[in-house]
Amino acid sequence: MDDFVYADTDPAELARYREEVQAWMNENMPRRDPVNPWHPTQDDDERSSRNRELQRRLYDGGYAAVCYPREYGGQSLTAAHQKIIDDVSMDFDMPILFSVPTLSICGPVVLEFGTEEQKQRYIPAWIRGDELWVQFISEPSGGSDMAGALTRADRDGEEFIINGSKIWSTFAQRSDYALMLARTNWEVPKHRGLTMFIVPIHHPGIEIHPIQMVDRSEEFCQEFFNDVVIPAENVVGEVDDGWTVASRLLFHERAAVGNASPYTQGRHRNRTADGVEDLAAIARDHGGADIGRHRQRLGYMETLSRVEELLSARVVRGIEGGFLPAPAGSLVRLFHGLSRTERQTVAMEVQGDRALVWNEGEDTGAFGTEYVQRQQACIGGGTTEMARNIISERILGMPREPAADRDLPFNQVPRSG
Amino acid sequence: MRFDLSDDQEFFRETARRFIEAEVPISVVREWHDHPDGYPQSWWQAAAELGWTSLMVPESLGGGSISGRPIVDLTIVADEMGRGVTPGPFMPTNVVADTLGRSGSPDQQALLEGVVAGEVVLGWAFCEPGGDWTADSVTAAAVPSNGGHALTGTKVGVEAGAQAHHLLVTARTQDGLAQFLVPADAPGLTITPQESLDLGRRFAEVRLVGVPVDPEAMVGTPGTATEADVERQRQVMVVLQCADNAGSAAKVLEFTVQYAFDRYSFGRPLASYQALKHRFADMKLWSEASQAAVDGAADALADGEDEVRMMSVAKSYVGDHSVELMHDCVQMHGGIGVTYEHDLHLYLRRATVNRGLFGTPGDHRVCLSKMMGY
Repeated sequence: MDDFVYADTDPAELARYREEVQAWMNENMPRRDPVNPWHPTQDDDERSSRNRELQRRLYDGGYAAVCYPREYGGQSLTAAHQKIIDDVSMDFDMPILFSVPTLSICGPVVLEFGTEEQKQRYIPAWIRGDELWVQFISEPSGGSDMAGALTRADRDGEEFIINGSKIWSTFAQRSDYALMLARTNWEVPKHRGLTMFIVPIHHPGIEIHPIQMVDRSEEFCQEFFNDVVIPAENVVGEVDDGWTVASRLLFHERAAVGNASPYTQGRHRNRTADGVEDLAAIARDHGGADIGRHRQRLGYMETLSRVEELLSARVVRGIEGGFLPAPAGSLVRLFHGLSRTERQTVAMEVQGDRALVWNEGEDTGAFGTEYVQRQQACIGGGTTEMARNIISERILGMPREPAADRDLPFNQVPRSG
Repeated sequence: MRFDLSDDQEFFRETARRFIEAEVPISVVREWHDHPDGYPQSWWQAAAELGWTSLMVPESLGGGSISGRPIVDLTIVADEMGRGVTPGPFMPTNVVADTLGRSGSPDQQALLEGVVAGEVVLGWAFCEPGGDWTADSVTAAAVPSNGGHALTGTKVGVEAGAQAHHLLVTARTQDGLAQFLVPADAPGLTITPQESLDLGRRFAEVRLVGVPVDPEAMVGTPGTATEADVERQRQVMVVLQCADNAGSAAKVLEFTVQYAFDRYSFGRPLASYQALKHRFADMKLWSEASQAAVDGAADALADGEDEVRMMSVAKSYVGDHSVELMHDCVQMHGGIGVTYEHDLHLYLRRATVNRGLFGTPGDHRVCLSKMMGY
């Protein structure tokens, strides 16, 4: 499975489906508050309960994760159907915590590499809203060099003993399971000694520490593993072949970040970065004598939004038709990082002073705060530098960066600290 | 290049590319810089035989598109001509032919046979000195005279103005904006070739001093109908400019990537330096995104859906990124890149002209923000 299948679907059928989804959502999903919308990360209880409840509602209606096979709780429908759900659901509160990484990154990996038992056990549980997953992939020792993982999994009969630390998982403390990459063999070069595991998060020996970000949110976590015991049946793919699995995980991550995955479900609407129309309204209301000052930049934001959509569609089509190699998803990732940071900048400027200094009770400071942490869009989900490496090496065919650790047994690779 | 071409469209594209490579390689492009018309008439007729002037002409008038979406087919040619910095009166002839096919009288439409054969070249006399590219800026006047009109005004940057057999002149009447098809040899009409940054295509100033035209010279109906025709002309022109620049940018990036493989410094190819690889990655992004923007605008125009916005999105994006890409490719080449001998400047000249005429990227961004109600 190198790419997704975007089967052409009868337009009349899609129009009918849209009406059906709209009617169902009107009856069954809570309408999004247009002024102060609920954000799925705002679930502040310990289980993200509202996300789980909304996911369950979608499942009961037959609109949850519709691109998944029917036998695992999906509907075996096409990406076009999912897109209709995404479009219609923009006016409703959606369980977006389930979208990434559970359904769009972990999900397709288990679908592709999982045993039949694993698929039966886990996939329906996500789609029903029973279990949330996260990724235990990045480590404090390095984000981009994923294959340089230091977390170890030592075999002990039918079990593995895990020790080490992972970082940047999203809401791990409120989730149930993780896909974890750990080193099972130190005598071979780095790509050949890794294994992917399914790890229950609330499990003896696992400690979770939330990380406070610039905006004081605590979405991300660091985990510490101290002699954590995992049964061998939790291995995904083959022992020591975790890099094959991880490469596919990265592929799905790029697709999810690049809005090219059929498995994402619902879309965030970020007031400060997505709402070009909203910003135009703000500029209009507060522009005063300066009206016109921001026109060029607002027009450019609109340009970037539209071109980003067109580029995503072109890349999907290009990969499908063999015009572009599969790593071309990195083009979309790079565009997204650059356009998002640009938009955060413009959003902050259009808000003017009120993004910088504001009265108690006003929320315009969010624009300033998001500007301060805008580089997040160029870091999370694979940095834009890695995207540029991939584009130059795997699309343009330029020589790969020299790697000091290539072909060296991992226990002989120099490392920091 | 689009990724959704049908077999027929792909054949059409491939034929255009081979024709350009065989007939107008860069060495010939350079020779034709000294040709008074910028191209030999016989060559334009050969290009017309491939369908370059018939796509926008209705089948009933001897034309016909490949796919039923003429503007999309036209961007295929524009893309290939951009890759080849190919001269010729392609854009104005097609823009005006499109209007004649839609709004022209039977007599005017009779001209299209010659257009399809490559024997008749059409000019779009629209922009005025100091004006911009909007219909509001047109000041040329059409005053009633002898049952027809007398046209007075000045048009600049008229592509193929001195090569055209007929000019479509936009002027104001008491009934609103109007367009007239004027033969190039009409009395009172002075056509003076202009200098251009683009060494391949030709531009002219068109001066009209009481040029008498009879009632049959009017194209369409003055007022809102003509305004719609003018808007359509602008959309077709801008989409073609953008397709041309996207094709140029793709080609320039291709040969610059090749240069990075071939050129060694400090014992290794330029393509092995990460500092440069990352810039090439950005350029590849700009190139692909430009193509996506062109395709989106052509589709919008073909489908009549949100075409004003998507035209401006395309110009806003492609206008800047294609030209910046070329500047960066000059930088990648080093000193040779700023010589007359190297071909880079031929592309950069043409792309810069396309970028600026009929609205800069900045102008189109302002349009977009106005569409958002700002």
